[in-house]
Amino acid sequence: MSSQRVNAWVQAAPLTAVFLLFFIVPLTLIIAVSFWRATDYELIPAFTAQNYIDVFKGCAASLAPGQDMCVTLKTYASTLKFCALTWAATAVLGFAIAYFLAFHIKSQLMQTLLFIVCTVPFWTSNVIRMISWVPLLGRNGLVNDALLSLHAVEEPVKWLLFSEFSVVLAFVHLYTMFMIVPIFNSMMRIDRALLEAARDNGASPWQTVLHVVLPLSKTGIIIGSIFVIALVMGDFVTVGVMGGQQIASVGKVIQVQTSYLQFPLAAANAVILLAVVLLMIAALMRLVNLRKEL
Amino acid sequence: MAKAMARREHRPLGFWLLGAVFSAFVIFLYGPMLAIFVLSFQGPEGGLTFPMRGVSLHWFNKLWEGIGVVDIGAALRRSLALGTVVMGLTVLLSLLAGLAYRKKLAGGTPLFYVVVASLIMPSIIVSLGIGLLFRLIDSGVRGVLESQWPQLAESYVSALGMFTSGLGAQLTWTLPFGLLIMFAVFNRFNPAYEEAARDLGATPWQSLRHVVLPLIGPSLVGIGMFGFTLSWDEIARSSQAMGDLNTLPLELQGLTTTVTTPVIYALGTVTTLISFAVMGFTLGAVWLWQRRRRG
Repeated sequence: MSSQRVNAWVQAAPLTAVFLLFFIVPLTLIIAVSFWRATDYELIPAFTAQNYIDVFKGCAASLAPGQDMCVTLKTYASTLKFCALTWAATAVLGFAIAYFLAFHIKSQLMQTLLFIVCTVPFWTSNVIRMISWVPLLGRNGLVNDALLSLHAVEEPVKWLLFSEFSVVLAFVHLYTMFMIVPIFNSMMRIDRALLEAARDNGASPWQTVLHVVLPLSKTGIIIGSIFVIALVMGDFVTVGVMGGQQIASVGKVIQVQTSYLQFPLAAANAVILLAVVLLMIAALMRLVNLRKEL
Repeated sequence: MAKAMARREHRPLGFWLLGAVFSAFVIFLYGPMLAIFVLSFQGPEGGLTFPMRGVSLHWFNKLWEGIGVVDIGAALRRSLALGTVVMGLTVLLSLLAGLAYRKKLAGGTPLFYVVVASLIMPSIIVSLGIGLLFRLIDSGVRGVLESQWPQLAESYVSALGMFTSGLGAQLTWTLPFGLLIMFAVFNRFNPAYEEAARDLGATPWQSLRHVVLPLIGPSLVGIGMFGFTLSWDEIARSSQAMGDLNTLPLELQGLTTTVTTPVIYALGTVTTLISFAVMGFTLGAVWLWQRRRRG
């Protein structure tokens, strides 16, 4: 028995080593380095809160009425806005599509086939999927051509591409899959007899969705929400490419500071981002007992 | 039968509404990709948008010659090599850990939470941490070399690289998927087969080799596909961890701001076709495997 226990540890050791070396140690380092000092070419171990003070420079004063927000708060406000819009759009869309697949498609083969159709793009390049909007939304793109020929607008609409709109559009395009899969999974576990019971008791289809299906899909919705929130909050690639490198996000701030080798400052920003994301996830986890569901 | 027919004819309104939403979503998913696929065959005078000015392979030729200073062929080979290594390690480590979780594994629960945390951790944070770790390793190594073997210190470059920090960064992203798939597989695995093998006198290794592996083989192929395609397109975790040489998606991300010709669509078509080829190969392999098993 004890040899089996040793055996289990030997088998789990390589995976554990990877996460220790490339996840736990780096995270610990980020927290440590966020209190260090740096010159232009070297990092100096220290214990200073200066990096955090620098991150929030001017923020206290900016809270007074009539003042502009400081850079950090503005960046978080913009990132949270992307997060909220993307979350709402992917949740509604993901729920509708999962519902269609789970309850309206009766043939299992068809169900699998349509599910695969939804998930295939997940395995292709995100950047390619972003730039694929250029021929549609650009100044001379298909959408503008259509609008011009319909005389709906006088001149090409500029906010379609390299704008906040295109950033959210790309997020929805990329991440709805992360909602569909867990919600579909939750819905497939719902006992169909419950739906019949609701109908027999006189519930309208809409009432059945609202009071039976929605509560029973909660776990899926929350798992999907955690994915979408974590992906959007830390994003710098989508905001960069679809925002024409002109829109700020928390992830982009960290990336730019890292590329200028301002490690302690980037680390402090990373710790704050981590805290914000963890708080959001903790709030979501309170809504569901995830351990029981796995 | 008649009742089923009647129900078929009277689909509820919700079916049509949601069916329309679903169709629109599929067009939304694939439409733009189709557009750049078509535009990558744009004639030599054509631009980034429709209309097509002739049909040619001009932009694929351009791609082959390289875009500016970027050697696309070399980046493609690097990405293929890294993807293959990530694929192999993802399958092997997920399988081993999956087997470990079937026994009593002390510390299994915290390890599971670490794996899930890695899956949902914003990638830029992981990437920054790994970049930091390897820079600190660099300065440590340099310090030791300068004090002990000064002649070697000159030639030391960096521990940061594609198959050190880059590989590790991608594994933190692919292994959670691999392990979760292993859990799903072993949850549905019937241990009676192994018991039968043991009763017939098979050693643990024989029962793994001849009973368990053939049964879970298709899932391992699937994990391999996850490993390769996720690595093939990975940007966020790799961004600060690759060192001097970039993978194809990292080059591609840089090109989005500088390239204004359809050559970037040609590149998109090529990488997407490789992704599709890997997916098709996987599905084919799984199908063959299952057919042989039923055989």
